[in-house]
Amino acid sequence: MLLIHCPYCDETLPEVEFTYAGQAHVVRPADPSSTSDSEWEAFLFLRENPKGAHYERWRHLHGCGRFFNAVRDTVSDRFLTTYAAGAPRPDLSDLIERAK
Amino acid sequence: MSGFRIPGKGRVDPATPVSFRFDGRKVRGLRGDTVASALLANGIHLMGRSFKYHRPRGPVAAGSEEPNALIGTRRGPGRYEPNTRATVQEIWPGLEATSQNKYPSLKWDIGAVNDAAYMLFSAGFYYKTFMWPRSFWDRVYEPFIRAAAGLGVSPSREDPDSYASRYLHCDVLIVGAGPAGLAAARAAAVDGLRVVLVDENAEAGGTLLSEPQARIDGRSAWDWLSAELAALKANGVRIMTRTTAIGYYHQNMIGMVEKLTDHLPDLPADTPRERMWRVRAKQVVLAQGALEKPLVFHGNDRPGVMLAGAAQTYLNRYGVLVGRQPAIVTSHDSAWYAAFDLADAGARVQAIVDTRADVRAELLAEAEARGIKVKLSHTATATSGRLRVKSLRVNPVRDGKVGTPYTIHCDTVLMSGGWTPSLHLFSHTRGSLAWDDDLTTFLPKDTPEECVIAGASRGLWGIEAALTDGADKGRAVAAALGKAGTETAHVVEADRPGTGTSEKELPTDLDPSRAKAFVDYQNDVTAKDLRLAVREGMRSIEHVKRYTTNGMATDQGKMSNINGLNIAADALGKKQPQVGLTTFRPPYTPTSFGAFAGYHRGAHFEVTRKTQIDAWAEEHGAVFEPVGQWRRARYFPKPGEDMDSAVRRECVATRASVGMFDASTLGKIEVVGPDAVEFMNRMYTNPWTKLAPGRCRYGLLCGDDGFIRDDGVIGRLSQDRFHVTTTTGGAARVLNMMEDYRQTEWPDLQVWLTSTTEQWATVAVNGPNAAKLLAPLVEGVELTDDAFPHMSCAECTVAGMPARLFRISFTGEIGFEINVPTPMGRKLWEAVWQAGQPFGIVPYGTETMHVLRAEKGYIVVGQDTDGTVTPHDAGIGWAIGKTKPDFVGKRGMARPDLVAKGRKQLVGLLTEDRSRLEEGAQIVFDPAQKVPMKMVGHVTSSYLSDAVGRPIALALVEGGQDRMGETVHIPMPDRTIAATITSSVFLDPDNARLKI
Repeated sequence: MLLIHCPYCDETLPEVEFTYAGQAHVVRPADPSSTSDSEWEAFLFLRENPKGAHYERWRHLHGCGRFFNAVRDTVSDRFLTTYAAGAPRPDLSDLIERAK
Repeated sequence: MSGFRIPGKGRVDPATPVSFRFDGRKVRGLRGDTVASALLANGIHLMGRSFKYHRPRGPVAAGSEEPNALIGTRRGPGRYEPNTRATVQEIWPGLEATSQNKYPSLKWDIGAVNDAAYMLFSAGFYYKTFMWPRSFWDRVYEPFIRAAAGLGVSPSREDPDSYASRYLHCDVLIVGAGPAGLAAARAAAVDGLRVVLVDENAEAGGTLLSEPQARIDGRSAWDWLSAELAALKANGVRIMTRTTAIGYYHQNMIGMVEKLTDHLPDLPADTPRERMWRVRAKQVVLAQGALEKPLVFHGNDRPGVMLAGAAQTYLNRYGVLVGRQPAIVTSHDSAWYAAFDLADAGARVQAIVDTRADVRAELLAEAEARGIKVKLSHTATATSGRLRVKSLRVNPVRDGKVGTPYTIHCDTVLMSGGWTPSLHLFSHTRGSLAWDDDLTTFLPKDTPEECVIAGASRGLWGIEAALTDGADKGRAVAAALGKAGTETAHVVEADRPGTGTSEKELPTDLDPSRAKAFVDYQNDVTAKDLRLAVREGMRSIEHVKRYTTNGMATDQGKMSNINGLNIAADALGKKQPQVGLTTFRPPYTPTSFGAFAGYHRGAHFEVTRKTQIDAWAEEHGAVFEPVGQWRRARYFPKPGEDMDSAVRRECVATRASVGMFDASTLGKIEVVGPDAVEFMNRMYTNPWTKLAPGRCRYGLLCGDDGFIRDDGVIGRLSQDRFHVTTTTGGAARVLNMMEDYRQTEWPDLQVWLTSTTEQWATVAVNGPNAAKLLAPLVEGVELTDDAFPHMSCAECTVAGMPARLFRISFTGEIGFEINVPTPMGRKLWEAVWQAGQPFGIVPYGTETMHVLRAEKGYIVVGQDTDGTVTPHDAGIGWAIGKTKPDFVGKRGMARPDLVAKGRKQLVGLLTEDRSRLEEGAQIVFDPAQKVPMKMVGHVTSSYLSDAVGRPIALALVEGGQDRMGETVHIPMPDRTIAATITSSVFLDPDNARLKI
């Protein structure tokens, strides 16, 4: 079972307290009605499937209840970092360097 | 006591005989015996039949890696377990053990014809044999495979035992209490570090239990062991025996199963049979030791052929001589010591046959001193004997040529093909392995976990090496935790370090294509099978494994993996590391379902949520059904009523006078804040700005893909406060979705969401007399169409209780839903029940609720919709606020496929023959077309309806809303039913009945 650091509670807690919530940094267009079909399709359905670092969302469901973002390595299943929703994407090279 | 027990040897208790039954026959052993050691003490080697060929088999090992001696164990009704390893099961008075894979008896088995027909059962047998004719599949092949498949017989009754589940947090977890693990524990148990030492055996000590000759720091191994265990306990080390570390999971979580009662003669009350431990350790030391490999030669599976190390364990730990005339076949020094121990215990060792040309002079001298014949540079090519080995056929090998065979008479063959470090848990960590050419095995390299590996499991042989390495690793993990571990040094005399070579199948002068040289005993995989798999094109070791089933049995390749790899690599002409090793997966040893299930069985399998009114319903004979995690009253049958008649009575009474319904399970979310109305506008399809406080509206929730997610009536209590209701099963999902948008898309909105499902008990009162019944109970609201019209809500007092009163209807009748604080739920229910008596009020359940709503065409999300239904498809496009610039789902509904013609749309169906349709039944336009027909929709809801006067159904039908009056067909197994498409509103389309 993974241990996950909630950036709001600032505690590292067991995976059972959390739920996965899909890819991070998928921004809902400000005016969906003005998007083209393909733009809307991309927003709804098209997702990354990287071998390696993946930006994704988690929710501390059985805790503070808040959504946050994370970078997880899909090969090792290690969290490289977690950070607040709305914060910018952390730089990958730094994270991978630190994980080594 | 039989002559195979050696007085003064072993750790069994000669003063405490223990009787048990094996295949119905009474067997006497001693306390401390396993089933295997007790049977061997009685001269019984034959303990089972093999899985595929039904060959007679005896134990080859003495521990949990045993592939052959699988037994069923029974302890009275319900307590039966198949595939227990006889080498692990401790005996107790009254134990009933039975052998497996035999019919009619172990000694004479009819399935052994498979053995004679072994040429048919080669690698890939299933893939090749059961191909044609196709018609044979159902009646011939599948029954045959099913009858033959599976090890042992499943228990047939519910398990009466209980299983526990625990968490454990520690600083250092040490797996394996042999010399390396003991030394690691001693070194790490400093300065308050919480150290846990676990071992799967009944007692700690590991190899020390089998090597009493060793002297450690001037004491005998066993004296040293008991002193060391006492010292560890004094230092606060928690020692857990009969506890198997079954898996190594992420971030140093180790799963362990502790067996608590399988060895006890009497079951203690209130003790679980097993306990699953989830251990989170800061540091882990893996000291699992090494497993001995068999040698691969024709007839290496005959009862009496076993691992030399196992024979040594049976002798030294259990005081059992496995045979009086053993012959040794080995490629490793360790078997020589087994020969010496057996000889010293009175066995006449027939010969030591070693594949190697050069063996240490010291070993040769010891053999000579005991008068044991030594055959170097020899190979073993066959054994003889039906149910027990009688002789061993050996040949000299010179310059790679196999010479003339000769026979060695014996009653046991003790073999050793060297040792394989036990890397199972290390591999679970995704640890990388490195091939070691000298040891011809994989050794551990790197792991991403906080884990070190010590002793024989990293290729170090001998007690002193294990102690030294264990102590080093113990200090290393203490240092990683910021502590200075204890410095220790040990001197070991009479230690038995050794070396050896690792072989593929042994060279032979016999036809190798007829050889039954077993690699995987449990799955009956031979060297020939592996070579055949390579010849037939398997290149990856993973393919070879699946094609031959090598390493796939319950022992998970503990014995067979490296031998299998050596042979496959040789057949491929590659080096072993290029061929690779198959993945070890948890659990390390077979683990009971009970241990995994723990407390989650029976009523505790899942949470059962009950409302305040549940007990009343039970007292009044309700039949319940699960909805989400709730237990809901489905109907309230009177004596003699079945569901249909009870539901019909409840429907009629409600439409004629008044009925009451427990709606407490409806999801409720309080949406509050200055931006509450803006949030509601964005989440729900409907417009909310103009909804006045004190009014309600049917709310429809879609996903951004444009499909219906949930619905419910929503009341606006004040400018900044909405009482949102959701479906019973959708409450958590809806709140999660709302929170997602609130937190991550619109964090600027000033709005707060609170789940209030369990804060309100809700009683629905419906029927023409509902207002008349409630009026005397309600204070603060006048129940008239003028003062409190349909779709109103108010905070008021009902029967003296603070309440939120809604005038809404899910039945088409005058309807009210009264919410009171949950603890008052039953009091409110009984107040309404009392007040309703003059009106002949009936309580009704979910089934009647479904009929009443279907008569009005009200949808149930998840029943009439399935995640691909838009509001337009469901015929509720009116619930969309078309002028709103955006809401969740608005853009989605404009997607090309969602506005296309021919979508499945919700309609009503009336059958021409007035029969009730089956929910889920498929619909076709043309019943005369050829099978497979084009299906154009399905029935989503179907009920008998007294109010309509005939059965009604709702269905999703392609283009249904443009097909009113058309006939569709529902093919059933016995006939095809014709039905007319109608409006989904069957009753009172003008809503006249809602008026007071």
